[in-house]
Amino acid sequence: MIKKSNKFNSAVLLLCLGFLIAGCSAPKPWVKPYERNNLADPIMSFDRDGVEGSYMHHVHQARESARGAEGGSGGGCGCN
Amino acid sequence: MKITYSPLKIILKFVVTSALVGMAAIGKAAILPEDRTDLLYHSYSGGGVTIEGPSLLIRKGLSDSVSVTANYYVDTVSSASIDVVSTASAYDEERIETSLGLDYLHEKTLINFGYTESEENDYSAASIRFSISQDFFGDLTNLSIGYSQGSDTVGKTGDTSFKEDASGRNYQFSLSQILTKNWIANISVETVTSQGFLNNPYRTVRYLDPSVGLGYSYEAERYPETRTSDAFAIRSMYYLSYRASLMLEYRYFRDTWDIEADNVTVRYTHPVGEHWIFEVNARLYNQTGADFYADIYPFSNSQTFLARDKELSAFSSQRVGFAVSYEHSLTSSFLERVSLNLKVDQLNFDYDDFRNVTASGAPGAEPLYSLSATVVRFFFSAWY
Repeated sequence: MIKKSNKFNSAVLLLCLGFLIAGCSAPKPWVKPYERNNLADPIMSFDRDGVEGSYMHHVHQARESARGAEGGSGGGCGCN
Repeated sequence: MKITYSPLKIILKFVVTSALVGMAAIGKAAILPEDRTDLLYHSYSGGGVTIEGPSLLIRKGLSDSVSVTANYYVDTVSSASIDVVSTASAYDEERIETSLGLDYLHEKTLINFGYTESEENDYSAASIRFSISQDFFGDLTNLSIGYSQGSDTVGKTGDTSFKEDASGRNYQFSLSQILTKNWIANISVETVTSQGFLNNPYRTVRYLDPSVGLGYSYEAERYPETRTSDAFAIRSMYYLSYRASLMLEYRYFRDTWDIEADNVTVRYTHPVGEHWIFEVNARLYNQTGADFYADIYPFSNSQTFLARDKELSAFSSQRVGFAVSYEHSLTSSFLERVSLNLKVDQLNFDYDDFRNVTASGAPGAEPLYSLSATVVRFFFSAWY
């Protein structure tokens, strides 16, 4: 009896979730292109000067055990 | 809990990620990077080591959909580091690295191919890379995946018969998200696998040896032939209302040699007027040591793997730096703008399990080693 009741509850829950999902529309981009002036400023770049960024990754990789996920100009170096 | 890695799992992860990116490929296209040339002088000086040299990076668009890059980079090394002075003699060498890259923009997709090779008298390396990136969700989201693989040949000066191979593969995933009109965030994940001869043929470990006056002797180090690591980073960049930016970064790392590391970086960028940009940064880094590392072993060949490379020991480091850039727009038909930049960073390393054998003390009881280094980058950039 308890098993049957659990199954029923799960079915109702799934049905409710289904309705909920069907009722939701996909989120729309909330920052419009004309609102992106600040983001387009070069000072907002994670890696403004690629050649210099690569060099600093190289400096750290050669002296630390951690490697990877450095950001824009990462990707390893042929150094030992 | 010991983490186990399976190559199949990594490949599967990569394939699934690629499929997800493919499915997510809806929306507007990315753009090609700007045409730009940088001529950089770099210098690292600290711990008895000086490394300096130039780097030249040229990027030029060939059409609306193709852009190419070429980079020529030199490290001129003069080393009398603690490793060198304790077991060998100071040396000078040069490493030359050349890279070629191609970016291809096709409708909504930016694809990058690259090739890098590096040569020095006793080490040569070559690698290829591929990445694909896509803007979608009204350009608020950018997804990028990358793969690279490299092959190294390790030699040894004075021993022409010594030749060993090493190889590596990198799997990269990155997601950038515009959160508000002033705030952007990024997460990056990278798995790296290495195999082959992963140690340094010159480096040695020390072990207690009562038969010699010093109390210890040296023998060659010996590393496992495989290593797999995972790194995860999260970054945030915020635009401050008076035109400045604040960047925060956290990265976590772990590998199959039982090394765990993390670092926190903060960077503040502040333009002054239309020509000057000032920047300050700070970075804190910590790592645990490899499970087979020891500053001194109890006896010769006391375990299967042996290492006394201070980069594999437990340590913490701190970095503080500043930068200044002067940028000038031009009315010339050839050049759009130019900039002159100076960046200086101070690094400090405090080792928790690497002792200074040049100082006096009983074997294994010498003072712990630490070093400071200054890193300078001076470069000229031109956009056209």
